[in-house]
Amino acid sequence: MTRVVVTVMPRAGVLDPQGQAVQGALGRLGFDGVDDVRVGKRIELTVHGADPEAEARRMCEELLSNPLIEDFTVTVEGG
Amino acid sequence: MTVAVVRFPGTLDHDSAARAVRAAGGDAAPAWHQDTELPAGTHAVLIPGGFSYGDHLRPGAIASRSPIMGAVRRHAEAGGLVLGICNGFQVLCESGLLPGALRTNASLSFVCRQVRLDVTDAGTPFTAGLEGPLSIPVKNHDGAWYGDPSTARVVLRYHGENPLGAVDAVAGVANAAGNVMGLMPHPEEAVDPLLGSVDGLGLISALVRA
Repeated sequence: MTRVVVTVMPRAGVLDPQGQAVQGALGRLGFDGVDDVRVGKRIELTVHGADPEAEARRMCEELLSNPLIEDFTVTVEGG
Repeated sequence: MTVAVVRFPGTLDHDSAARAVRAAGGDAAPAWHQDTELPAGTHAVLIPGGFSYGDHLRPGAIASRSPIMGAVRRHAEAGGLVLGICNGFQVLCESGLLPGALRTNASLSFVCRQVRLDVTDAGTPFTAGLEGPLSIPVKNHDGAWYGDPSTARVVLRYHGENPLGAVDAVAGVANAAGNVMGLMPHPEEAVDPLLGSVDGLGLISALVRA
């Protein structure tokens, strides 16, 4: 079995109101060095098969991300 | 005329959608997400609002990949009418039957109130003869349409405001042919004078005329 980590992030240029809200809250807590915050999601897959990375990329294209508004990265962490 | 009302786990508005279809003079037939065919005699399809599959991953994402959507796609490709309301709009965008995507409201708030809508394209079967502004409620958390309004067929815009933070204040879009339409506001909740407006009846009636 192999663990594959997928990260899905809002695309550059797409408004990320969640990131803005977090940035605002950090500023109110005194963290005044934060120039930008983007909030995405991390998906951990435990898979088996010959080519886990290619399979995970297909999953991203078919379901895990929406290419209109999101970018993804796939990292194989070994198994 | 029979309107199939599609229901996924987490759909909420199927009863009010069916009631609106009957108010418009049609018959409503339930269609379950695991079905691979629409009910016999289906003339048009209505995908109502709610939180299909708990809005997990992205609103409408998992529902758009369910078996019934194959049948909905074939119905649309054959020229049949399909109307998606709220979560139904999200499902249609996720399925690729409509352009764009629905994102979290710019305010990060669930917005539940009456809005007014301008009809920006009266050339579709849904909007033919409709004159705005229409008074119809919205109720959602992820209703900000994102897409390219220069290529999408924008049929409804919020009148004088942009309550959800949509690109160009878009409230509803259609496919190029005009037989598939989605909108975030809830026309099925504006079909009875007791609820303050009957401005939603025109959109629902289009399904019954199909």
